Amino acid sequence: MTDTKPVLEARGIVKIFGQHRALDTVDFTANAGEVHALLGENGAGKSTLIKILTGAYQPEAGELLLDGQPIHLRDPLHGQTYGIGTVYQEVNLLPNRSVSENLFLGRQPTRFGMVDHKRIDALARDLLSRYGLDVDVRAELSEYSVAVQQIVAIARAVELSGKVLVLDEPTASLDRNEVQRLFDVVRGLKAKGLAIIFITHFLDQVFELADRVTILRNGRKVATQALDTLNTTDVVRMMLGKDVAFDHHPTALTGGPKGAVRVAFKGLSRKGLSPFDLAVHEGEVVGVAGLLGSGRTEVARLMFGVDPSDGGQITVDGQPVSIRNPAQAVAAGFGFCPEDRKLDGIFGDLSVRENIIIALQAKLGWLKALNRDDQVELAGRYAEALDIRAADHDMPVKLLSGGNQQKVILARWLAIDPSFLILDEPTRGIDVGAHAEIVRTINRLREEGLALFVISSELDEVVAYSNRIVVMRDREMVAELDGDAIASDAIVQAIAGTATEARP
Amino acid sequence: MTRPTVDLRPTGQPPLPRPRPLAQFFTRPQVIALAAVLLVNWALFPGFFTITWQDGRFFGSLIDVLNRGAPVAILAIGMTMVIATKGVDLSVGAVMAISGAVAATLVTNGVSAPIAVLAALGAGLLCGLWNGILVTLLDIQPIIATLVLMVAGRGLAQLITEGTIVTFSDPVLIFIGTGSFLGLPMPVVIAALLMIAATLIVRRTALGLLIEAVGVNRSAARFAGLRAGTLLLIVYTFAGFCAAIAGLIVAGDIRGADANNAGLWLELDAILAVVIGGTSLMGGRFSIPMAVLGALIIQSMNTGILISGFSPEFNLVVKSAVIIVILVLQSPLSARLFRRLPGAQK
Repeated sequence: MTDTKPVLEARGIVKIFGQHRALDTVDFTANAGEVHALLGENGAGKSTLIKILTGAYQPEAGELLLDGQPIHLRDPLHGQTYGIGTVYQEVNLLPNRSVSENLFLGRQPTRFGMVDHKRIDALARDLLSRYGLDVDVRAELSEYSVAVQQIVAIARAVELSGKVLVLDEPTASLDRNEVQRLFDVVRGLKAKGLAIIFITHFLDQVFELADRVTILRNGRKVATQALDTLNTTDVVRMMLGKDVAFDHHPTALTGGPKGAVRVAFKGLSRKGLSPFDLAVHEGEVVGVAGLLGSGRTEVARLMFGVDPSDGGQITVDGQPVSIRNPAQAVAAGFGFCPEDRKLDGIFGDLSVRENIIIALQAKLGWLKALNRDDQVELAGRYAEALDIRAADHDMPVKLLSGGNQQKVILARWLAIDPSFLILDEPTRGIDVGAHAEIVRTINRLREEGLALFVISSELDEVVAYSNRIVVMRDREMVAELDGDAIASDAIVQAIAGTATEARP
Repeated sequence: MTRPTVDLRPTGQPPLPRPRPLAQFFTRPQVIALAAVLLVNWALFPGFFTITWQDGRFFGSLIDVLNRGAPVAILAIGMTMVIATKGVDLSVGAVMAISGAVAATLVTNGVSAPIAVLAALGAGLLCGLWNGILVTLLDIQPIIATLVLMVAGRGLAQLITEGTIVTFSDPVLIFIGTGSFLGLPMPVVIAALLMIAATLIVRRTALGLLIEAVGVNRSAARFAGLRAGTLLLIVYTFAGFCAAIAGLIVAGDIRGADANNAGLWLELDAILAVVIGGTSLMGGRFSIPMAVLGALIIQSMNTGILISGFSPEFNLVVKSAVIIVILVLQSPLSARLFRRLPGAQK
């Protein structure tokens, strides 16, 4: 940390998608010979920033400096010529070609115009030995573990670039020994003076490997600090919310008596997720707090039958129900707004009206078709209730803004008159106005007696509408906070919990 | 209703409160293309539009276009729904051969014609179900899954006919291929009835919407509680059923089952008809009548080239040229160009 020569510097970066400011005047500096961790929840702007640093996106404002000189990157290939290389979580190599071909693809040494395989193999062996890797370089890449593939990808990126190395979630699919091996390689590169930008959501790995950390939240930089001045709780607090007082209204939320139990999950389990018990009452919002990868989405998917459970019981209003797939969940009166709106939520080419009535239609079955008048009436009613801004309900839903699309999905579930609603990150990536609208809607639905299960990375948001908060960590429900216990410190500490210990 | 209409982004087309079906119909590129092809045929062969009444039925080149186009139109009806789910069925030509082989073999062995017809239709349903199972339960890509039956199906048909062309003189089967009803050839009557029935079923029930939803986003369909697997099974089975009908017509027409040549390459014509009809291979919105229209465009070109005295080799070249024109007219590029023309909004 004595060498603080900045290699890659970003100043005042602004990136706008539609009406959404993905990055708002963000500064970032990667120094030579340091590992700089980049942290933030989904939607915080991590990947957008990386894409700008590597040239995949062009910023609306701000500038990039390499060794103090301003540069303009057209695309990642152009970035590579400046010495900026990237290794992604999913290895971007050719699994069906040999290790050496992967290392030298696009710049193979030739002999008489033909690829000189002997030389490639010798060069590849030599190169990989510098990473402590002794493998048969003629074998297909796919024969090796992800860890080896990662190291090959790193070797290729460093070979091509050699100044800045971006590691985007490199450890997500590695076991502990493989992680250590990868870290040794990264430490070696650091010692050689490379600037390494490390993105992960494993906090313990950040503390183990990184020298400094930059935390993003909602497209803004929260802080850049040396890690030896921080502890896990500080980092979690910066990632999840303002460190000002949380906006919890215990009187409004816990004052009245709870209704009867609407849904109860007993010992629900699936491989890779600890069994959990949870009961959600009428007129209650159970909020879920936890970092990305803590198992929160997996719980929601399990409840809705997207992934079938290995064991456990579900009761609705005291009656046992079997939920092996989403169709059965819908039949039981469940609704689910998934995390990835575009992939799992909207039918882009179908109209707003069809998107609103589709779940009800699926529930009714194909024979009981809602006629056009029913559809227009339903779509009109819920569009008005949720203030969906669409010029016309016959227009394709893909033309709406993200916030309005989210409201359309919410309307779809309200149309089936649900008894239990699961919302996974309902406010991610949507503009401020729609954000407030959705939070208001959650509060209103609770007052109307609905049972809700809401996952959000926005801690202050969860606190604002939840009667109860379940904290998840390491694929397990580790704490449940009720009434007055709902406080910022308690949640942050529960989330941080064992994050400082070694991962199991 | 007083909902705010504050939007936002251009919606592309001016929102019509209620579409005017007739005006819309005649400005579709498919209709214009069909009219153009027919006019060219008429210019090449002045008697093209002449229809005569003889022996209790209509005769003429137009009737011939309808009659010859019927098998592909029937295939296209089933294929439209498969393509709407983002799939494709390459096996329909082979299923035609199987269906013809089953019917012909049964009647020559003394089975009564209605039972032979039912057996042939049943064979088609089974073939379709097989495709559906491969696509749904085994999650094989449709193009590969149906390729299996495309190759194996012709072998099956040859096994059924024991390698020969099974000829028959059963009046019922022959009537399906060459008879007439109300002056119109039976294939035309069958295709028209099937088109109307299929359109009514998918549009009067929610089936059409659910199929489109699966085609647009299968994952979202699952999350919305649709039983996507069941829908896919239904759609592939129906495509097999349509192919069996087409197979019966072709067999009845030549009074025999030719396992090698019945329905050969017709799956490609059927896919083409669907695409010309405006259903995207990416799935989603579909129109059965438009796909039938696409089949008629293809047949009009075939017939036109035949009667105008050009050698049949021209057929393939001319056909591809016309198809390119139609596809260019349908492309997003020309949609953008044309929208700008009539002083459009913005």
